[in-house]
Amino acid sequence: MLIKHVRANDPSSSEITPRSVFADRRRLLKAAAAAGVWALAPAAASAAKPARGEPIPNVVKWPKSLPEMPTAYDLATTYNNFYEFGFDKDDPARHSSKFKPRPWTVKVEGHAEKTGTFDLDDLIKPHQLEERVYRFRCVEAWSMVVPWVGVPLGDVLKKFGPTAKAKYVAFQTVLRPEEMPGQRLALLKWPYVEGLRLDEAMHPLALLTVGMYGELLPNQNGAPLRLMLPWKYGFKSIKSIVRIAFVENQPPTSWNIATPSEYGFYSNVNPRVDHPRWTQATERRLGDPFFSPRRPTPMFNGYADEVAHLYAGMDLAKLY
Amino acid sequence: MTRFAKPIVFALCLLPLAWLAHKGWTAGFGAHPQEYVNRFLGDWALRFLLLALAVTPLRQIGDWPQLARFRRMIGLYAFFYVVLHVSSYVVATHFFDWAAIWKDIVKRNYITVGMAVFVMLLPLAATSTAAMVKRLGAARWKKLHRLVYLAGIGGVFHFFMMVKLDWREPLLYAVLLAFLLGYRAFKRLRRA
Ligand code: HEM
Repeated sequence: MLIKHVRANDPSSSEITPRSVFADRRRLLKAAAAAGVWALAPAAASAAKPARGEPIPNVVKWPKSLPEMPTAYDLATTYNNFYEFGFDKDDPARHSSKFKPRPWTVKVEGHAEKTGTFDLDDLIKPHQLEERVYRFRCVEAWSMVVPWVGVPLGDVLKKFGPTAKAKYVAFQTVLRPEEMPGQRLALLKWPYVEGLRLDEAMHPLALLTVGMYGELLPNQNGAPLRLMLPWKYGFKSIKSIVRIAFVENQPPTSWNIATPSEYGFYSNVNPRVDHPRWTQATERRLGDPFFSPRRPTPMFNGYADEVAHLYAGMDLAKLY
Repeated sequence: MTRFAKPIVFALCLLPLAWLAHKGWTAGFGAHPQEYVNRFLGDWALRFLLLALAVTPLRQIGDWPQLARFRRMIGLYAFFYVVLHVSSYVVATHFFDWAAIWKDIVKRNYITVGMAVFVMLLPLAATSTAAMVKRLGAARWKKLHRLVYLAGIGGVFHFFMMVKLDWREPLLYAVLLAFLLGYRAFKRLRRA
């Protein structure tokens, strides 16, 4: 009884949108917006759905996108780890409406020829926006497939002219306790910080992301600017970025500060190195049926061909 | 009234499960339903275990002798929710992947502890009938059932160990448990 009804009502199975339908619907939304009848669009999408974001124009499709069906929008936007807005998975969606992602500036510092404070639009505008469907793997062994919209991080970083001393790139999330209730509790050290080796940051898969599902990022997913590093666990893909610094030494990272034995600097997806409290060999794909086997997690989350060379010769069990 | 007390408490203890079924039926369990169900059942397993441990102190402090007859039922409900919690772990979390489950039990401390608590509760549930109390004799039965203190500690510990960062809820249970066990220790010391 229960089983049958869980399945019948589970949004994960009934609301997954096949890629073609999803694309069609988005085209429809765009057309509606263009025609100035935006008010009709949510109804066209589905009456009961939460308000959707603003569509992003002039996005080209990246040819190497995963051929997989994206996770339903509702799942990807209601099940989030964004501790700035609370510690439960539904907190970010529920407690982020006061957050103001615009106007937005990013401070660029450190060993680079060009530094300063830049408007978000000025950072992004010179580049062609791409839609890339990536696998996303959380360190907590759940995963999803999301069409992100962004520009290659390396292309943006190159414009600042990192000098020879720049070995790493440090990133920082905005600190606004008045808009981010989770920041009022010192369970993590705020603001959230992350970092990459310069060659990792320059890797063509690293996406400086401004949107998902063809729309501007919702607040709970890291508006207005986040990283997307598909071969690393999700927490490396820092959200709501306000600071980028080119630095000489490996920068501190928030989860590594909190629990160094569980979260390393690299945090590459690696099915052979378990988290102390759970296996990383398999994962739960959001949207899979309630009763279904877990999926095997591929090395580097399936991006080994592209990124494995970055870590040649490193002991990934030690440098996790 | 007292005639209905037991059926009423019996039904009340089923409310969490009924709520879970209703939510599954109407709204679904959200983006990660396996995790949701498993955690929900784990929460209630621990709450009922603590509630069972609270019966005696409440009875004595509140001078409320009638409470004693609910103790067995609440204890069995704790076991019932533990069984559901563990079943959801086997069936939903791991979908019968016995190799992964075995690895979890031997490798992950919090699962090892959870398993130990489950194993401790088995003989307690099995000896919960009046006939079993008689067969064991009251003294031996009592001795055996002191295992529940260890089970309580293990249950709270299990929760503490699985938490990533937000330890506020397990801390609350730890404080409650400390009070429930501290009360007993205090009484014993005073009697000795
Ligand atoms: C074989 C025995 C057991 C296994 C395999 C087991 C497994 C688990 C798992 C996998 C989780 C969730 C971890 C996560 O979602 O990250 C969990 C959480 C939990 N378990 Fe158990 N467990 C066992 C026994 C018990 C027992 C005996 C109790 C209580 C008396 C209990 C109470 C809890 C509680 C309170 C939580 C936390 C729920 C929450 O996050 O709100 N478990 N357990």
